[in-house]
Amino acid sequence: MMNASQEIQPILEIKDLKKSFGDKHVLNGFNLKLFEGENLVVMGKSGSGKSVMVKCLVGLMQADSGIIRIKEQDIEILGRSELDLLRTHIGFLFQGSALYDSMTVRENLEFPLRRHKKKLQMKENTETLVREALKNVGLEHTLDLMPSELSGGMQRRVALARALILKPEIILYDEPTTGLDPITSKEIIQLMRSIQDTYNTSSLIITHDVDCARVISNRMILLVDGINYAEGTFQELSSSDDPQVKAFFKN
Amino acid sequence: MAGSGIWNNFLAFFEEAGDLFLFTGRFFREVFKPPFEFRELLRQCYQMGNKSLLLVGVTGFILGLVFTLQSRPTLMQFGAESWMPSMVSISIVREIGPVIIALICAGKIGSGIGAELGSMRVTEQIDAMEVSGTNPFKYLVVTRIVATTLMLPLLVIIGDAIALFGSAIIENLKGEVSFLLYFNQVFDALTFADLIPATIKTFFFGFAIGLVGCYKGYNCSKGTVGVGEASNEAVVYTSMLLFVIDFIAVFVADILYG
Repeated sequence: MMNASQEIQPILEIKDLKKSFGDKHVLNGFNLKLFEGENLVVMGKSGSGKSVMVKCLVGLMQADSGIIRIKEQDIEILGRSELDLLRTHIGFLFQGSALYDSMTVRENLEFPLRRHKKKLQMKENTETLVREALKNVGLEHTLDLMPSELSGGMQRRVALARALILKPEIILYDEPTTGLDPITSKEIIQLMRSIQDTYNTSSLIITHDVDCARVISNRMILLVDGINYAEGTFQELSSSDDPQVKAFFKN
Repeated sequence: MAGSGIWNNFLAFFEEAGDLFLFTGRFFREVFKPPFEFRELLRQCYQMGNKSLLLVGVTGFILGLVFTLQSRPTLMQFGAESWMPSMVSISIVREIGPVIIALICAGKIGSGIGAELGSMRVTEQIDAMEVSGTNPFKYLVVTRIVATTLMLPLLVIIGDAIALFGSAIIENLKGEVSFLLYFNQVFDALTFADLIPATIKTFFFGFAIGLVGCYKGYNCSKGTVGVGEASNEAVVYTSMLLFVIDFIAVFVADILYG
């Protein structure tokens, strides 16, 4: 695993990101750098702006100010088609899985492939890619099931398979273990690790699950009041004397 | 206090109308721009057209039966039963058929679109589509509006035909008018001036059903409560809009055809 270093160009960078909703300032100059092959965890309390930050990152929300650069491209100045192309290099695992519930598992996985396979010059057969992605999350047998026929943990795995189908370089996880029982959470965390090894992706993980952060992170950022309150490895932060930082690791 | 409430409702109405206008503008910008989602368009045409056929058929059939049964005694009073096929066909083709079938479709298709897109919005499926590099407006909204615009005229034509068939059955049973004679009189009575404006307005009805359903669903918020509201408001707003469009269409047709 590569260590974060200032000399290496980050694959994803956020500079001085600000976002407000009316009088409520959610992000007050947030900064972040994600390096190739790195697992960066952003932790913060509920309502601290983690999800807003990640939505700004993929262009689902417009930031008030700041710079977001992905693969050396400033997303604010990209046109629709350029942004769509850039998005094919990013996998996104949503908090609630967000599987298309009118489609089968197979169709869910085929959906991004139908649009971008040619553009990305992927030579493999669609069926092979779908089966491979499902095999990597251990759910090959669910191919023709509807999302409503799957458990919460299985839905999360299928969503992960869909996020990986275009073989992205960056994966964004928005609360990957929220709403799952402890055993399934552990399985998802292990899966995230094995995916990191298989696909050699760079991952940005938004969570408030300390166990998840402990197992998966190379580096962590604590998001408090819309700014980077603290940064470091899990060991550094978990042994900090700062009361705000301690509060995260108390339980 | 009550005055400010009315004023706020008034402002909210214009705000909503403005948003709907912008939404319509976005539809026209996106509809002619590639890539075109033909596969999804066909799927939507099938969903909306084929799956509404039974409802439209039953409605049309009962409409024809009831309309003829109700009108018969009055026409008999004036000794004008022989005018029944002409009167029924003109009424159904020009006005009652398109409006009733459009209202039925607003209830079935419009609320369905509102609920489906609303639930996709609150469960982040629309965001997932956007993040996967697909334009959800094009894929979900444009295809649905085009499908309703194309399918509603077909449904109305089929519904009108079934309504006339229902009317012919009553005439056959009560007035001993043969089917051949009934439909001969129908085709004698109907002119292109009846058919063309009535068919043109159904395209606008279809457009309104798709547009309002998509607008309400696509902009849904407030979780599951919002989904219910989106579905409900889609039907209410569309129904009102259908009457406004109908009035304009009748007014314009009156100017053009006298």
